[in-house]
Amino acid sequence: MNIIIAGAGKVGKVLVRQLTAEGHNLTIIDQNSHTLEGLVVKHDAIGVQGNCAAKSVLEQADVQTADLVIAATNADEVNLLCCLTAHGINPNIHTIARIRDPEYTEQIMTMRQTFPLSLTVNPEKLAAMEIERLLKFPGFLRRESFAKGRSEIVELRIDSKSKLKNVALMDMTGVVKCRVLVCAVLRDGQAVAPSGNFVLQEGDRIFVTAPTSTLAVLLKNLDITTRRVRRVLLCGGGRVSFYLAGLLEKDRISVQLLEKDRNRCLALAEALPETAVVQGDCSNQSTLDDLGINLCDAVISLTGLDETNMIVSLYAANQGVGQTITKLSREESISIANSMNLGSIISPKELCSNVIVRYVRAMQNQTGAAVSVHAIADGQAEAVEFQVDAGTPNCDVPLKELKLKQGVLIAGIVHGMQSEVPGGESRFVPGDRVVVVTGRRGMLQQLGDIFA
Amino acid sequence: MNIKMMGRFIAQIIAIEAAFMIPALFISLGYGEWPGVKAFGITIGIMILLAAGMFLLCRKAGRLFGAREGFVCVALSWIVMSLLGALPLVLCGQVPRYIDALFEIVSGFTTTGASVIADVEGLYRGILYWRSFTHWVGGMGVLVFLLAVLPTGNGAGFTMHLLRAESPGPDVGKLVPKMRQTALILYCIYIVLTIINFIFLLSGKMHWLHALCTAFGTAGTGGFGTLNTSLAEVSPYIQNVTTVFMFLFGINFSCFYLLLLGKLRSILKDEELRLYVCLAIACVVSLVLAIRPLYGTLEETIRHAAFQVSSIMTTTGFSTTDFDLWPSFAKGILLLLMVVGACAGSTGGGLKCIRVLLLFKVLGRNIRQILNPRNVLVVRSNGKVVDEKVLSNTNAYFAAYMIILVLGTLILSLDGFSVETNLSAALATFNNIGPGLGAVGPTCNFAAYSDLSKVTMCLMMLAGRLEIFPLLVLFSRSTWTRK
Repeated sequence: MNIIIAGAGKVGKVLVRQLTAEGHNLTIIDQNSHTLEGLVVKHDAIGVQGNCAAKSVLEQADVQTADLVIAATNADEVNLLCCLTAHGINPNIHTIARIRDPEYTEQIMTMRQTFPLSLTVNPEKLAAMEIERLLKFPGFLRRESFAKGRSEIVELRIDSKSKLKNVALMDMTGVVKCRVLVCAVLRDGQAVAPSGNFVLQEGDRIFVTAPTSTLAVLLKNLDITTRRVRRVLLCGGGRVSFYLAGLLEKDRISVQLLEKDRNRCLALAEALPETAVVQGDCSNQSTLDDLGINLCDAVISLTGLDETNMIVSLYAANQGVGQTITKLSREESISIANSMNLGSIISPKELCSNVIVRYVRAMQNQTGAAVSVHAIADGQAEAVEFQVDAGTPNCDVPLKELKLKQGVLIAGIVHGMQSEVPGGESRFVPGDRVVVVTGRRGMLQQLGDIFA
Repeated sequence: MNIKMMGRFIAQIIAIEAAFMIPALFISLGYGEWPGVKAFGITIGIMILLAAGMFLLCRKAGRLFGAREGFVCVALSWIVMSLLGALPLVLCGQVPRYIDALFEIVSGFTTTGASVIADVEGLYRGILYWRSFTHWVGGMGVLVFLLAVLPTGNGAGFTMHLLRAESPGPDVGKLVPKMRQTALILYCIYIVLTIINFIFLLSGKMHWLHALCTAFGTAGTGGFGTLNTSLAEVSPYIQNVTTVFMFLFGINFSCFYLLLLGKLRSILKDEELRLYVCLAIACVVSLVLAIRPLYGTLEETIRHAAFQVSSIMTTTGFSTTDFDLWPSFAKGILLLLMVVGACAGSTGGGLKCIRVLLLFKVLGRNIRQILNPRNVLVVRSNGKVVDEKVLSNTNAYFAAYMIILVLGTLILSLDGFSVETNLSAALATFNNIGPGLGAVGPTCNFAAYSDLSKVTMCLMMLAGRLEIFPLLVLFSRSTWTRK
């Protein structure tokens, strides 16, 4: 597809990387010619320098023939104007805008006639919602949901006390007492597609597929604290913290929010009646001790500095906090962080671009094309969700009779409301959703591709 | 430096060159020229073995591929391509000395058209075809061809470095987001125009092989003739067709693409194209006035003037008349055209019209700046502000151009020819034209020069085709040191 990306900021760059890798024709618009130059020589795309909200610039970027425009500059108003202008020139175009201000989102939702936007994304809000989801099931490092939340892939770390330590995968059902499937294991930074006699060791990170309904059982049988999170400390008072505190207030969780800037503290205190807003520096350990960090169920580091976030999370883990969540913005820090015991990692720009990439995939969703793609195991494997339709080969054939390509695993089948962990007798029929895990990224475009 | 990745590229280039040689092999077979068949067969065999060996050695290549690799890769590919492409000429026995064969093929690939072969008509037809075909390949660039046929896979933005290093012009960009499609569009335009040219030549009752070779020479703005007298003895119709097509191939190919898209207005507004057309017309008019007494009819005068302007300006190098006999003002005009050259993004050589335009604009800007020191002045081209980086690159290019020209002329002077001969030989090879003046005029050839001079001219031809920097990069120490 022909896609225009307006604004080569954090989200823009991630999008350029992901969408060029998927083979789309990308035109990038940015004010800064050096940023553009850097992107154009790194990825197979073309650049247009200028203001993305201006008609002349959009026309230069061939908006007439584009299928989608994604406005991701740092200003909401520019993004809106860019999408409106693009839509004015080409009424058939799909438009996605990054809109941070919740009030704008509100009016875009209610005034559909005036704002013809296909999708708005708010990276900070997405991050806050993702963190809330993680807090509901402490113990999972990450959750990826499929088929509208009916099936999930969760990430677990095998530590020294884990019941799964030294257990072979074929004996796993006996330990956890429910049907789950381990679809990938990350050992020493390398993703492995495990077989039945694969024995889990301490330090492994495993990726488990399960229907959402069995997650609680899984956690209980693994003796992972299913104690509800009641007390949370948020470090840093940025937008993510603001959204998250609001969500947690609704869940009746006690929230402490630590922020350095006095004026920001005042603003937050005004907006968040139930939250205890504290002014202080979270890089100072005595401040954290004073707030009773060791009594918290979860510590979430959301300052603007990756380094501070990492150190706060490490200190919290050191103090025996059950769950730590770290926000990291730069890609380099994410790869470093995976070698440390930082708990869950949240990257707003990645979440945001994942949502957009999913939309793009849905746009070109022809026969059996992938509905969504989630990167798992540090990006070494991907889980792809497919819609089964009448054109899909091998419908209603038991899985044990199918020959799949090497390195491909059918990790879940969702029939309507029912999610199933597939076994030899399982089969899929048109209308089902199928989740496939593969070690080779970008290999699967449609469901037919999994068969050898 | 990512040597393995470069090795892979060069291996692919060699494989493509081997494939390009196959038609020449068949032509030799068809005419029963056994030395030619043997020569091409052996060369193709060597190339396949070499490509396979390099490919095996460079299996596990890293992904890192920056501007440095791009430049070095392009320069090395062209050198390797020339070294191998010269083999058939030696092996068939018609050009006994390797250095002469190398000169001939470098001259082919760089679309120069300077020859050391006195009796072109006596060449095997396979060799004749191959010699002209190198023009066609070299015109658009073999790496661009590679980009068009190669499925580059994910994250292949680095190919931009290759396009920049091989395509002429100060500010090379893509036509469409995908590199592969850009390269395909360029080659499609190129192929279609070449075929049209070929058909026009055929309808002028030209022998098919000669028509093909002439079309190749015109398309690549090369200039290897198929007759000893270049195009002097062919019909006026063929001369006129060639005049028009040489001129077309000197136009920036993105203009043709815009024409296909129906954006005629933006083509007409293009400042480089305007300069190119206006300069050509002005030169034709002045030449007609200068050489009117030498020819019988006005039609003949105009035909020769237009042909020579089109040929020299686009750096093709065909000739219909011995312009060495023209008055010095007319020769002066030709020397001027040699330096200016064609448009950026075409198959022609020279400084390129856009650079001349920018140089003049910078000159004007700097004069105005001296008079009004506080003014902030920018240089515009086609209404858009030109980046200072492009301007400083253009200045550096011009400096390098002059230095190489002067040094090249100096080395050529060792052989004892006249100054006019040496200067025009340097200009003719460096700007990829072909014939010069004096002892290297349109009726003579370059065989008389010494080996040192021939190597110098080979390097100058490559430097001219690749626009100096890729070749200079090879001689920079920081290219070869680890960062």
